[in-house]
Amino acid sequence: MKAKVYVTLKEGVLDPQGSAVMGALKSMRFSEVSDVRIGKFMELELDADSKESEERRVTDMCEKLLANTVIENYRIEFE
Amino acid sequence: MKFGIIVFPGSNCDHDCYHVIKHVFGQPVEYVWHKSDTLDGFDCIVLPGGFSYGDYLRTGAIARFSPVMEAVVKFAEAGGIVIGICNGFQVLTEVGLLPGVLMRNKELKFICETVSLSVDNTSTRFTSEYKGEETVSIPIAHADGSYYADAETIKELEDSSRVLFRYATPEGVATKEVNPNGSVNNIAGIMNAGGNVMGMMPHPERACESELGSTDGRGLFESLINSLVAG
Repeated sequence: MKAKVYVTLKEGVLDPQGSAVMGALKSMRFSEVSDVRIGKFMELELDADSKESEERRVTDMCEKLLANTVIENYRIEFE
Repeated sequence: MKFGIIVFPGSNCDHDCYHVIKHVFGQPVEYVWHKSDTLDGFDCIVLPGGFSYGDYLRTGAIARFSPVMEAVVKFAEAGGIVIGICNGFQVLTEVGLLPGVLMRNKELKFICETVSLSVDNTSTRFTSEYKGEETVSIPIAHADGSYYADAETIKELEDSSRVLFRYATPEGVATKEVNPNGSVNNIAGIMNAGGNVMGMMPHPERACESELGSTDGRGLFESLINSLVAG
């Protein structure tokens, strides 16, 4: 089983990397871009069968290590 | 009184801290490897600067799960004195001994320069020796030093005078222009509510000998040593 974890900055938290990338896109004349937020994407290979119990464990992983919930949100997908 | 300096894989200011505590201040000090699970016999624990575990994922995020960090948390909860400098500050926020988080600098660059700081509260065991000398010059060297916490946490820190150091002009005014990294309210160093855990991004251990350009970091170690002698 594979878990995909998306970690994104919470709303209102400044993202200087996103701002720099947006500046670059604008200078490349992609003028329709009004905001860029940069996050992290992680793929976890899991030796497990039950999505239900793994959901709890991957949530635990996110809370403890993969995200810093002071500034970040996370989202988990299984496949 | 004995100091312990935690050594993570990737710490690189551990020797500077050891040198200053032992040779400048003549205090007993030992290194503590990150696999140690006890801090018995120590009076003050220093988490030094560096790039623990390569700073992968987030600065300090992996170091905070080192075996020794459980002992550091217990030590702090029992009232033991803990200071975190630079990467050590980042580890202290990740482990929850200090609030907030250190984020990427606003200009996205690693900044290595001497900055002016205001000392905003000189009635603490970390800063008492700065009384009457409320601006200091101390170097910074970091890529992730932009202090952030939610508005409620910032208010609590400010209301309880727990912001100890702020990026400021040489006259001690915290302006936007002298904020090197984008920290909220120019915050450079804070302490916990119990007054026994302190974290700061600037490096006082690099400013303790006149040969190195500044002795303004001495006040921090002198304050600490005085408070430990006084018990």
